[in-house]
Amino acid sequence: MTEQPTSFAFSPENLEKAKKVIAKYPAGRQQSAVMPLLDIAQRQDGWVSVAAMEEIARMLDMAPIRVQEVATFYTMYNLKPVGTFHVQVCTNICCLLRGSDDVAAAAKQALGVEWGQTTGDGLFTLSEVECLGACTNAPMMQINDDYYEDLSAESTQAILEALKRGETPKPGPQNGRQFSAPEGGPTTLKELAFQTEKG
Amino acid sequence: MLRDQDRIFTNLYGLHDWGLKGARARGDWDGTKEILARGRDAIIDEVKNSGLRGRGGAGFGTGMKWSFMPKTEGPRPHYLVINADEGEPGTCKDREIMRFDPHKLVEGALIAGFAVGAHAGYIYIRGEFVREAEHLQAAIDQAYDAGLIGKNASGSGWDFDLYVHRGAGAYICGEESALIESLEGKKGQPRLKPPFPAGVGLYGCPTTVNNVESIAVVPAIMRRGATWFAGLGRPKNTGTKVFCISGHVNKPCNVEEEMGIPLKELIEKHAGGVRGGWDNLLGVIPGGSSVPVLTREVCDNVLMDFDSLREVGSGLGTAAVIVMDKSTDIVRAIARLSRFYMHESCGQCTPCREGTGWMMRMMNRMVTGDATVDEIDLLFNVTKQVEGHTICALGDAAAWPIQGLIKNFRHEIERRILARSKSAA
Amino acid sequence: MPKLTIDGREIEVEAGTTVLQAAEQLGIEIPRFCYHERLAIAGNCRMCLVEIEKMPKPVASCAMPVGEGMVVHTNNANVRKARQGVMEFLLINHPLDCPICDQGGECDLQDQAMAYGRDHSRYDEEKRAVAEKNFGPLIKTFMTRCIQCTRCIRFITEIAGTPVLGAVSRGEHMEVTTYLDSGIASELSGNLIDLCPVGALTNGPASYTYRSWELKKTESVDVMDALGSAIRVDARGNEVVRVLPRVNDDINEEWLGDRSRFACDGLKRQRLDRCYVRKDGKLAPASWGEALAAVAAKVKGTAGSKIAAIAGDQADCESMVALKDLMASLGSPHLDCRQDGAGLDASARASYLFNSTVAGIEDCDALLIVGSNPRKEAPVLNARIRKRWLKGGFKVARIGHKGDLTFKYEHLGDGASVLAEVASGKHPFFEVLKSAQRPALILGQGALVGADGPAVLALARKLADAAGMVKDGWNGFNVLHTAAARVGGLDLGFVPQAGGRDVAGILDGAAKGEIEVVVLLGADEIDMKGLGGAFVVYIGSHGDAGAHRADVVLPGSAYTEKSATYVNTEGRVQRTRLAVFAPGEAKEDWKILRALSDAVGKPLAYDTPKQLRDRLVQANPVFATPDTLQPAAWGAAFGGEGPVSDKALATTIDNYYMTDPISRASKVMAECTAAFGGGCGCNHKKTGTHG
Repeated sequence: MTEQPTSFAFSPENLEKAKKVIAKYPAGRQQSAVMPLLDIAQRQDGWVSVAAMEEIARMLDMAPIRVQEVATFYTMYNLKPVGTFHVQVCTNICCLLRGSDDVAAAAKQALGVEWGQTTGDGLFTLSEVECLGACTNAPMMQINDDYYEDLSAESTQAILEALKRGETPKPGPQNGRQFSAPEGGPTTLKELAFQTEKG
Repeated sequence: MLRDQDRIFTNLYGLHDWGLKGARARGDWDGTKEILARGRDAIIDEVKNSGLRGRGGAGFGTGMKWSFMPKTEGPRPHYLVINADEGEPGTCKDREIMRFDPHKLVEGALIAGFAVGAHAGYIYIRGEFVREAEHLQAAIDQAYDAGLIGKNASGSGWDFDLYVHRGAGAYICGEESALIESLEGKKGQPRLKPPFPAGVGLYGCPTTVNNVESIAVVPAIMRRGATWFAGLGRPKNTGTKVFCISGHVNKPCNVEEEMGIPLKELIEKHAGGVRGGWDNLLGVIPGGSSVPVLTREVCDNVLMDFDSLREVGSGLGTAAVIVMDKSTDIVRAIARLSRFYMHESCGQCTPCREGTGWMMRMMNRMVTGDATVDEIDLLFNVTKQVEGHTICALGDAAAWPIQGLIKNFRHEIERRILARSKSAA
Repeated sequence: MPKLTIDGREIEVEAGTTVLQAAEQLGIEIPRFCYHERLAIAGNCRMCLVEIEKMPKPVASCAMPVGEGMVVHTNNANVRKARQGVMEFLLINHPLDCPICDQGGECDLQDQAMAYGRDHSRYDEEKRAVAEKNFGPLIKTFMTRCIQCTRCIRFITEIAGTPVLGAVSRGEHMEVTTYLDSGIASELSGNLIDLCPVGALTNGPASYTYRSWELKKTESVDVMDALGSAIRVDARGNEVVRVLPRVNDDINEEWLGDRSRFACDGLKRQRLDRCYVRKDGKLAPASWGEALAAVAAKVKGTAGSKIAAIAGDQADCESMVALKDLMASLGSPHLDCRQDGAGLDASARASYLFNSTVAGIEDCDALLIVGSNPRKEAPVLNARIRKRWLKGGFKVARIGHKGDLTFKYEHLGDGASVLAEVASGKHPFFEVLKSAQRPALILGQGALVGADGPAVLALARKLADAAGMVKDGWNGFNVLHTAAARVGGLDLGFVPQAGGRDVAGILDGAAKGEIEVVVLLGADEIDMKGLGGAFVVYIGSHGDAGAHRADVVLPGSAYTEKSATYVNTEGRVQRTRLAVFAPGEAKEDWKILRALSDAVGKPLAYDTPKQLRDRLVQANPVFATPDTLQPAAWGAAFGGEGPVSDKALATTIDNYYMTDPISRASKVMAECTAAFGGGCGCNHKKTGTHG
């Protein structure tokens, strides 16, 4: 069992954010804000504690069990602390077909942990995840909010080593591609010119 | 091949400014007021006449769907909900629209919202798309600042608010009623139908749920006319479509093409062809993980649209083309999908909750041949017990890939079983 | 009215009816697990699949509204195949431990498996095991047996209004649990056991003590509160194993409060199974002859004016009328059935009844609750009020206790002076009541037990008249009793006769030596110290406060041990039935009084139950029509005059789990008290990791 803090409070800035989120939904429908509020809590603490769930339940006038149901249903809520960098490697079919086994092995080796584990220094948690929706840039992984795409064992390792060194590797395709255009350049959209560019 | 001037998503590869200025340069937000001035019925008719079918997978007529909404607003407000919970393995098209052409979606949302009588729209975007949600929110903020949406949106006299709502990791929320549940702050468990969202949707109010791509093409249809859109593709399968070509091709990519383009042409023209050549092709999943795999022979000639793919026992789905060459461990690939569906089953109804786990466990044994030949029939039988018996389509989606595997690659499963039993003996 | 065809038979039903309900009207039973007619439709078990022509897939009949011209097949090969598939899925992770499962023999899953199950399992993978959950002392869990139908979650959320259950995680890992595994603080939790279609939630206190087919089932009526819920008493041999609710839509639908269900172990504990006579300051065992002689010796030498009788809260009408007759023949006017001193007026029946009826609450559109906590006093009634509230268009306000009733209400204030303000029309809530179609009030005993009780009663009457609570076809004046005996006692006039003393007067007289003999008919809730030096005869079932004070103890019967008449808070005359025999030498209470009347030389005029019941009818014609209700005449003003105090009105029940000799003797109720305090969410102990 994860040790649970006895209390939770949103920081003043996050409380403001939470209030803005609640205002997005019609009066009396504040329960709609439960997912965004759980996200804000998680961004504040790195994970979602029982105390955070209860505070959110109180703010949204929900039964705590309803918040717990939501927090346990969606996979993005960390119900125990995770590392500074949450490394999530997709192993679903498109990534599998393009070498996610190698990416997974490289990540495990670089971090010295298995799926679901956190490195001793608390820097990395490694997770195997389902399709992240970047299939034409497979294989890929998500680290915190960013996608790293078109990975190889080498680039995977390089990204993780760079993070260890305190650097911020550039997200997106790691093989020089223009996002999801075919490698080597688009086959379409070459004839168009627009009036203004990058204004 | 589709001409560039007929392409709608002109910033698909993020080469240009995705903000309002760039969007305007590409023709977005041009005469939106006049479009709305044509009136609700005219807009719905235009979309109906364009033949646009929903781009989220089911292929239901978008204009038709809008026409199910009550004609006048009663005591319950109307809502527009945009499904941006892109999670079908193989699919990554809405992501590109949201991060590189978000204004197409925002403008489309206004037009669609007006057409269905909604003063509020929610875009439910999958939680992992953090950067995409940022672009989308920025585009919405720009549109508010420019008076394009909000009070008296684009000077039309219609008030329209648009919000981004982020998911948090649940494939099932791509199912429209699960999405609505999730948007209401609950677990994403699909609702029983009837009632349908047009009658009882978000907060119990009339609601239209559309896919990102369906909404984002609407402004182009309104500007260039239903005839233009309907002139692309084939009858009943009109317009353009963003295809996602992944797997064993030389150059995986997203590309906007004409509906009905031959699969082979799509792969060879845009994705650099199958790795090792067309003859090295084992099979293709043509519409995201939930549709049955096509064998090589079918791939030779099949056209990429709703009806053509249905005729060959598969489906266009989200037009996510997953290519597998002969090096593919097809049993493992399908077993991986079985694990996906087990992982994503919401757990609400019996056949899916229990069946996806059972199927996955059997599939895992099939990968190593740790099974008997009889069990292949048992597995097939279990897929049939799941199919058609669940609240939503996830049960079917879990069953079909396995059925496709057994139909087309039974010999491969048997080979493994025999090999293992031989090595054991 | 759509017309449809089900299995070749045509039927016309109300629009909005489901296919499953329409089939039921034709007598066609469709198997189901998740569907329950009193809960929201979930449609998740998929057992009720049927085939409807022109629909591509089998359809869950529980959730499908009928349509004109539908052609439904509920039992063709396709349907059977679909159900067989569902059944197989339900069983693959079910432990199949029926031989050691308490649900065995009354299990929906077991029954349906007989119809749709295979003779062997095709499932060769590892089975799922689910950790047990803490559902509190009343419910034992075997969560591996759970089939995730969510009936329990829906009940506790919708009906009970205490949302502490949920299904966490998803897919095959989905588990039903209490919030943070901390028990279920609900007075209605026992109903979860009945609702669970499998053996996941079973009767904790009774676990492993019975097999359902060994039990003798006796239909009876509950007397643990004043609602008179329909119950079934299940006994093995001469032992009550469990108490279950029966369906009675007029009162309890199919629910039962936890005290009514689980205090039954108290029927076996602290029982008086023989007579006792006090000798040298100590109660010593005695024979019936000795005990009756001891009473006779005292009574014969005492003037009637020095003899008094008090009826307790679970006294039955037969024994009350017998005791009243005996007191009359002894020349005593001192009798009372209002142990708590409530200012009730026995002369006007409408003044002490729950006139709207329990079911009538569902027609009410504005309600004022005065001095009552219905959740503690009658949890099943409270659920009914909540049911009404959930439908909307229902305004509730409350004077007195302020706490969670599971529905929202406006708190108007604490004291009876607020009632005076409302009654005078000065308070804004008066307009709410007056403008309502069917306004009502609920007057709790907490509002009536003070010295100003009669004045409060008069104020309530004034309000009822002024706000139009009493009109053709509607009487919204409701007194909520907590004692099962109370209305019967008032109906029989078991109150001070001309010149007689009430409970306070009897105690005062006893203290001063003016009352020398007091007969306690199951009366344990008075201040025994106040009885001074009086000679006390206790007739009752349990060794509670009364027996400890008594000079002679005459062992009586509990409600499960006699066929006896009770009148519920609505004024409904009902009868319990004998399920087991009273222990040892204990007798039915009226027979004790009959024997006592002989011993004192004033024999009562009835020897058989039939003669006694005729006497009841003679005493009050309402007893002639059991189980039916006649509206009570509203009549002239009732209640008393005088000022009302500003003291906060509070419920008379401190601890929901312990209110009477039976529940005070119950170990199970003691465990509940330890776990949940006084019940109803108050004092709920937060356990474990609660943050």
